[in-house]
Amino acid sequence: MDFMGFKRANGKVGTRNYVGVLSTVVCANEVARAIADGVQGAVAFTHQQGCCQTPPDLKRVTDTLAGLGNNANLASVLLVSLGCEGTDVKAVAERIQATGKKVETLIIQEEGGAARTRAKGVLLAQQLAVEASALKREPCSSKNIVLGLKCGSSDTSSGLASNPALGVAVERFVSQNAVAIMGEVTEFIGAEHLLAAQAKDKTTGRKIIELVERMENRVKAMGVDMRGGQPTPGNIQGGLTTIEEKSLGAIAKVGSAVVQDVYEYGEVPRVKGLVVMDSPGREPEILTGLAAAGANVIVFTTGRGAPQGFPFVPVIKVTGNMHTWEHLNDHMDLSVHGVMTGDESLDKAGARICDQVLATASGEGTKAEISGYVQAMDIYVTGPVI
Amino acid sequence: MKRDAIVIRVEDNVATAIRNLEAGHEAAVGIGEEVTRLKLRQSIDYGHKMALNDIARGEKILKYAAVIGQATQAIKAGEHVHVHNVESLRGRGDLD
Repeated sequence: MDFMGFKRANGKVGTRNYVGVLSTVVCANEVARAIADGVQGAVAFTHQQGCCQTPPDLKRVTDTLAGLGNNANLASVLLVSLGCEGTDVKAVAERIQATGKKVETLIIQEEGGAARTRAKGVLLAQQLAVEASALKREPCSSKNIVLGLKCGSSDTSSGLASNPALGVAVERFVSQNAVAIMGEVTEFIGAEHLLAAQAKDKTTGRKIIELVERMENRVKAMGVDMRGGQPTPGNIQGGLTTIEEKSLGAIAKVGSAVVQDVYEYGEVPRVKGLVVMDSPGREPEILTGLAAAGANVIVFTTGRGAPQGFPFVPVIKVTGNMHTWEHLNDHMDLSVHGVMTGDESLDKAGARICDQVLATASGEGTKAEISGYVQAMDIYVTGPVI
Repeated sequence: MKRDAIVIRVEDNVATAIRNLEAGHEAAVGIGEEVTRLKLRQSIDYGHKMALNDIARGEKILKYAAVIGQATQAIKAGEHVHVHNVESLRGRGDLD
């Protein structure tokens, strides 16, 4: 299993080749967006964070931006800063530079306002885009795939078809020594003991349980009960009997792959194989976290039809719902509804997902990319805005 | 062959209906590439589960080759398996 990718200076492989224009704080979003809009081959990353937050959250923003800049799908990076934010912009630039990647920084308050920063930024990004465009795709082994996993807008078909089919694909990729990253810790609840039993050892299993407890405690600290109504009346009507069954449908997307380690949000895995990353399930935060952790392709299973993509990591939409495949076809990349009708085995559906991942990694456009539905992005923070 | 229900893993003792099925129907149940027949004792709606074999009270219900709960009463092959005859083993403050 091979694909055509962009080999970077640090040995990582990109499946896309963009100039990343990263806003370092919510207040610089407009300028970052305007620069990227003015340059073919540049994409903007904007978010709502970076100032007036608790120190752990500011560290989270700095770490996440460094991770995004380091993503191999970016050939080079332009940081756009306001100049007075809490994000450690210098550290972000240094950490990206350390991977051998070209980084430029523009500070709006130093450049003399938005218009001047925009003009200078467009010229800089154009130059970076020219350099990036000279890079060529080369044959790369599938061990260079870093697969982000996500399910959203789920229905009965998710637990029966698309998630187990993705599980087959994950088993295959990790057997090729690739990396697969699963987040959505909230969806482990009720099945965390089973996922923990899939961990490579007891210590790793305990880390999974602790992640779920931490997520639950955050909700409990709000004085509300997340678990009380699970499964929901709608789930029960749909045939789901227990919370275990519901969560199993979600974690089916890793198949029987062994969990090798557990990481913080956006942290780059230091091992091969399947890893768990702390993340909520909401699209902007998890897609950003997967990208910061180095995902170069994301597979997103959906039942009812979720359209979201990310600016510089292709997001492949897989559905097991035939109606969604037909009705929302401009958002869906692959259908595995044959698993539901008995026309296709899970193994075959999983093999097709593998093929699609490699085709997408080699440059084939996803529906989200083609339609420009790629703005699901934000950084996951856990404290208040102050 | 057209299937009425699917079994996720061979270890499972329940299948999930992929269409609305009538009581008395001889359901075609798919396990991977194989298809077996199961006489339904009750009607089973899309997304709902049926017992593949007789399940004793207290026996574990297996789907995804994992325990999703425990039978609160004896369940016969072809019967509906749901909240009326299965209980969760998780988050049970009443049992602690």
